[in-house]
Amino acid sequence: MTVLLEVSNLHTEFHARAGLVRAVDGVSLKVSRGECLGVVGESGSGKSVTFSSVMGLVRSPGQVTQGAIFFDGRNLRDLSREEMRAIRGRDIAMTMQDALTALNPALTVGEQLAEVLEAHDETLPTGRTARRTAIRDRSVEMLGLVGIPSPEARLRQYPHEFSGGMRQRIMIAIALACRPKLLIADEPTTALDVTIQAQVLELISDIRARLGMAVVLITHDLGVVAEHCDRVMVMYAGQVVEEGPTDQVIGAPCHPYTRGLLASIPRPALRGQPLTPIMGQVPDLVGLPPQCRFHSRCPLAQPQCLVEVPMRDAGPGRRSRCLRLEEMA
Amino acid sequence: MSLGKLLERLIQLIPVLLGVSLIVFVMLALTPGDPVQIMVGEQAITPEQEAELRRDLGLDRPMVERFFLFIANAVQFDFGQSFYHGRPVADVIAERLPATIELSLVALIVALATAIPLGVLAAIRKNSIFDRLATVGSLLGVSLPGFWFGILLIMLFAVHLQILPVSGRIGYASEVPTVTGFLLIDTLLAGDFAAFGEALRYLILPAITLGLPMTAILMRVTRASMLEVMRQDYITFAEAKGLSHRRVIFRHALKNALIPTVSVAAIETGSLLGGNMIVETVFGWPGLGRLVVESIFLRNYPLVQAAVLLYAITYVLLNFVADILYTVLNPRVKL
Repeated sequence: MTVLLEVSNLHTEFHARAGLVRAVDGVSLKVSRGECLGVVGESGSGKSVTFSSVMGLVRSPGQVTQGAIFFDGRNLRDLSREEMRAIRGRDIAMTMQDALTALNPALTVGEQLAEVLEAHDETLPTGRTARRTAIRDRSVEMLGLVGIPSPEARLRQYPHEFSGGMRQRIMIAIALACRPKLLIADEPTTALDVTIQAQVLELISDIRARLGMAVVLITHDLGVVAEHCDRVMVMYAGQVVEEGPTDQVIGAPCHPYTRGLLASIPRPALRGQPLTPIMGQVPDLVGLPPQCRFHSRCPLAQPQCLVEVPMRDAGPGRRSRCLRLEEMA
Repeated sequence: MSLGKLLERLIQLIPVLLGVSLIVFVMLALTPGDPVQIMVGEQAITPEQEAELRRDLGLDRPMVERFFLFIANAVQFDFGQSFYHGRPVADVIAERLPATIELSLVALIVALATAIPLGVLAAIRKNSIFDRLATVGSLLGVSLPGFWFGILLIMLFAVHLQILPVSGRIGYASEVPTVTGFLLIDTLLAGDFAAFGEALRYLILPAITLGLPMTAILMRVTRASMLEVMRQDYITFAEAKGLSHRRVIFRHALKNALIPTVSVAAIETGSLLGGNMIVETVFGWPGLGRLVVESIFLRNYPLVQAAVLLYAITYVLLNFVADILYTVLNPRVKL
């Protein structure tokens, strides 16, 4: 499989009142064509900011300060604003956590679908009526693809007239309208009921297989990752701490943080016993010393961990940011 | 919009109008100064003549009776005779009304046309020099008294630069036949473009003076709501779709940001009525505002009462218009 997205040594910083926040601190990652990469981490771990950086959508006072983002052979950081705009929505698409806030309340669903086609689709006919018909047909097709009943009539409706699950489907339809090569799904299920969550994830997997696109699934639910992702990347405090094939990472984690995350998942077999939380708090990202960031919460921490820890090979296709990973097997 | 809602609004109007009538009536009665004395002035008249005049004007009856008489007549759209014009108050007001409406509408257009672009620009260039200037400018705009600002404009553009007329409305000199009473429309109907330009020249300074406070308020509302909207997820999502910056700003952000602006504009239009009295006086504009000011000085009770009722009705209707516009712009709300 060829590499579609390759991020190396990405740094994204925010100038906050308290000081410089290194929200993304030297993240490197690869996504192959057609692959599904799960990105896991708690709130504030930098997973969303990493991919906002890829999209070129980091808001002021945030700024990408270092690193390269190669997509389809081009470094996105070298592109002009206009070139980047052309890639967004066409080659890389994104869905957001809550479709209720991500869809514009004042525009009809049809308009929000049509504009993305209008912005990117060069195959549309140029004649006005023909163009409008083509856009309508494509919109109906997309809503049908994500399983919205009677799509034709629903194009004229506003987002608030749909249920939560339907809105999520509409947002996915908009993201996929131009058949992107990469879909970044930022917590696609967090805002949904459990039953709808499964449907939406099935839908993404199904369309991914059909269109052959790559998917980055940002989530904090390891269960979702286990079921849908080929590979997984675990983030902590702005850094990648572990990555590898999903079954291996989940079956035999080689970073104490991943292990802690897995241990904190409720299991039916352990009913009645208290859950095992990871003690302590995520460190404040302002003015972090160059040392293992998980150190203060790590059950395996040793004095020698107070140094900067690089990503280390941990078997074929696996890497971990732990000095003591050999002891974890 | 259902008929029931419309009816409900109209019924709500009744207590408002009754209350307003009562307040105006009492306030006029409490204001020192006697219409008959003012009318007579220095002339020497006998007590008999004075009593007759008072009877003619209906001022010899007790106040409570006068109030109910006024209400009873007003219900039949009879507002009595103007003390000074010797004609029905309704006719006098109708004659002056077009000039005031024309001035107010032009002021409203000027305000909207400057406030919205400036507000949007200030929001998307937040904290820039332009934004700061706009903020200071809007503070000045709200605080400068209209009579003072109007006189400054007259001094600069009419007296010093001599490019715009000092005061008045082209009306007296124009030969254009009156159809609507709105000079901008009448001159166009007559095909007289020179007169149209002339009418416009007379309108510019009073319209700017009248619209200034409103411009300032609307600019701040637009800026604030634009900033609020730009933080929303749907703006990020629109950007993630690869739409042009222009489309994100104007189609996605502005459409939502205008909802509060339009509501405030509709309500603020009511405050133009108050501003009219000052601006029309400063610029010698022959409209209702100046007529009311004159009538207050002359204690022309019937005219003031009728005019205030008209103001109250306009204000309530404008609030109603604000509600309707709100639902038009915001698909989530139904009246």
